[in-house]
Amino acid sequence: MALQESMREDSTIILMGEDVGLYGGAYGVTKGMIEEFGEKRILDTPISEEGIVGCAVGSAMTGLRPVVELMYVDFVMLAMDQLANQAAKIRYMFGGQISVPMVMRAQGGTGRSGAAQHSQSLEAWMMHTPGLNLAMPATVTDAYVLLKHALKLSDPVVFLEHKMLYTLKGELNKDDSLSWGQAAILRSGSDFTLITYSRMVHRALEAAERLTKLGIQAEVIDLRTLYPLDTETINSSVKKTGRALVVTEDCLTAGVSAELSARIMEGAFEFLEEPVLRLAGEDIPIPVSPSLEKEAVPSVDRIFSTAKLLLRK
Amino acid sequence: MDTETQILIRLFRQMLRVRTFEERVGELFLKGGTAGSMLHLSIGEESAAVGVGEAMHSGDGFTTHHRGHGIFLARGADPKKMMAEIGGKEDGYCRGKGGSMHIADNDLGHLGANAIVGGGISHVVGAGLSYQYLGKDQAAVAFFGDGAMQQGGLYESMNLAALWKLPVMFVCINNEYGMGTRLDRASASLEFAKRAETFGVNGLEIDGLDVTQVYHKAQKLMERVRNGSPAFLKVNCYRFHGHARKDKSHYREDSEEQKGREKDSILHLENQLIEGSLVTTENLEQIKLEIDNEMDEAMEYALNSTEPESIQRFQDVYAPGSPEPLPVDERIRQALNP
Repeated sequence: MALQESMREDSTIILMGEDVGLYGGAYGVTKGMIEEFGEKRILDTPISEEGIVGCAVGSAMTGLRPVVELMYVDFVMLAMDQLANQAAKIRYMFGGQISVPMVMRAQGGTGRSGAAQHSQSLEAWMMHTPGLNLAMPATVTDAYVLLKHALKLSDPVVFLEHKMLYTLKGELNKDDSLSWGQAAILRSGSDFTLITYSRMVHRALEAAERLTKLGIQAEVIDLRTLYPLDTETINSSVKKTGRALVVTEDCLTAGVSAELSARIMEGAFEFLEEPVLRLAGEDIPIPVSPSLEKEAVPSVDRIFSTAKLLLRK
Repeated sequence: MDTETQILIRLFRQMLRVRTFEERVGELFLKGGTAGSMLHLSIGEESAAVGVGEAMHSGDGFTTHHRGHGIFLARGADPKKMMAEIGGKEDGYCRGKGGSMHIADNDLGHLGANAIVGGGISHVVGAGLSYQYLGKDQAAVAFFGDGAMQQGGLYESMNLAALWKLPVMFVCINNEYGMGTRLDRASASLEFAKRAETFGVNGLEIDGLDVTQVYHKAQKLMERVRNGSPAFLKVNCYRFHGHARKDKSHYREDSEEQKGREKDSILHLENQLIEGSLVTTENLEQIKLEIDNEMDEAMEYALNSTEPESIQRFQDVYAPGSPEPLPVDERIRQALNP
């Protein structure tokens, strides 16, 4: 809806990707758009990830605002040069002369037995690349407001959705007052801070609810964007609670959780009563078996039990 | 002087400007005035840069490769600002952030030199898409070397350009070498124009010895390109010098190099001008003198240009007004002094 509204307002926005047109998107996200906007603005592309992301970069450099969709974030490896070496660096290398106002949308994460090449969480790669913005919405409102905002920026935005959130129902608040780059405190609490984003937000909230029965009050922070990263909200909360649990679906080693815990250590060291705990995806490729897949990423139960460990309960 | 002679003299002048510029880059390197030694000179490839460059129109977009100084000059670059950029100086085209391999100028349509082999090719497909979508009478040209002919992205780009009927031209400047690997050791088939044809892209291969041929053929192709019929042009040249400044070309015989250097498009045109009595020796000397002065000035300008201020390293990562990256020292300070 955000994309449709933005396209109605801004005629330079075009959408390109594999099966985004006649098919309507692998997950139905772009259904009906080709009927409304036509083939000039909704471009079904061949399966050429490097070519189409490069084409998006070039069109963004010359007056358009392309939204390029990768069906799965796992396919970004084929386009990584265009994303990391080109889109992210063009403004800088050329001394600020040329902007690349493009949005690269993709979806990732586990939950559908997509196995090792259709289930990954690769946000750490994007976060490790100066020049990119990175949005990872968890709620209906975030998906809407963040995409609308992304389509106004002058720099490339990687917009990563979670495949298990497409069926999520929620109330849309179009007038959401949070700004781009600002984290949301979804639940206030005084015992520990639970920092997370994307699909794990929902698991964190569920675990937090269960923890109240033990008398533990978690403060839950949804980061919404990983670049810009709202270190201030994270650290003010940790300074208050003295304990932090970072939950991410991406794998542990050199993952987003590593950066987040380093930020907390730098910004709230004196306030920490316990080490920062990281509950992340295991350091393994994602297996296809539903039971194995489930255990590859943090569950509500494990967030719950890890929080108890953190509180020494 | 008739128009054809005027064109010949212009082509000669432009090619000589390219060569003299490149020679001065070599000198600037020896004087310690360049940022590093990753300088890839296009000496021997002037006819491709100038022949195609002159066939383009003002407003046409283009991307180049790591050996692209000549193309940018042919498209109207100011040698002073180029030389300063090659020196990593504040007065350069990219304020000292891009250098030889990432020089660009939006005003002249230069969408960037690229240091990833084939990295800028798909950008002209995007530029072509913009021109088509916005209804502009502009075309986009990708310049690259024979090394990029073995990169997959080129073929994805050709397919997209042909599929969407975009005003895009692909120009392969074949200098026989991908760094130290001769083309016949990198590609089983050397019939590159045929490859383009299979994608529905008009393919043409020409000898780069005669710049007028390159110019006229490129002009014809560009006309078709503007009508949405993408083209591929391979210009055969020879790289007179090593890959980069420190390369002494130990991988090829001296005899081969000597023979390769006979393929000198500047000398070829000079002889043509003299033999046809189209110019006098004095005229040519005058042109050479003017160009020498112009490039000497450019080199001096680069040497005297200032270094960028330290704080600039954090600028232009994101658009003005966006938060700039937090310096490492600042992170350390915050950690120790909460």
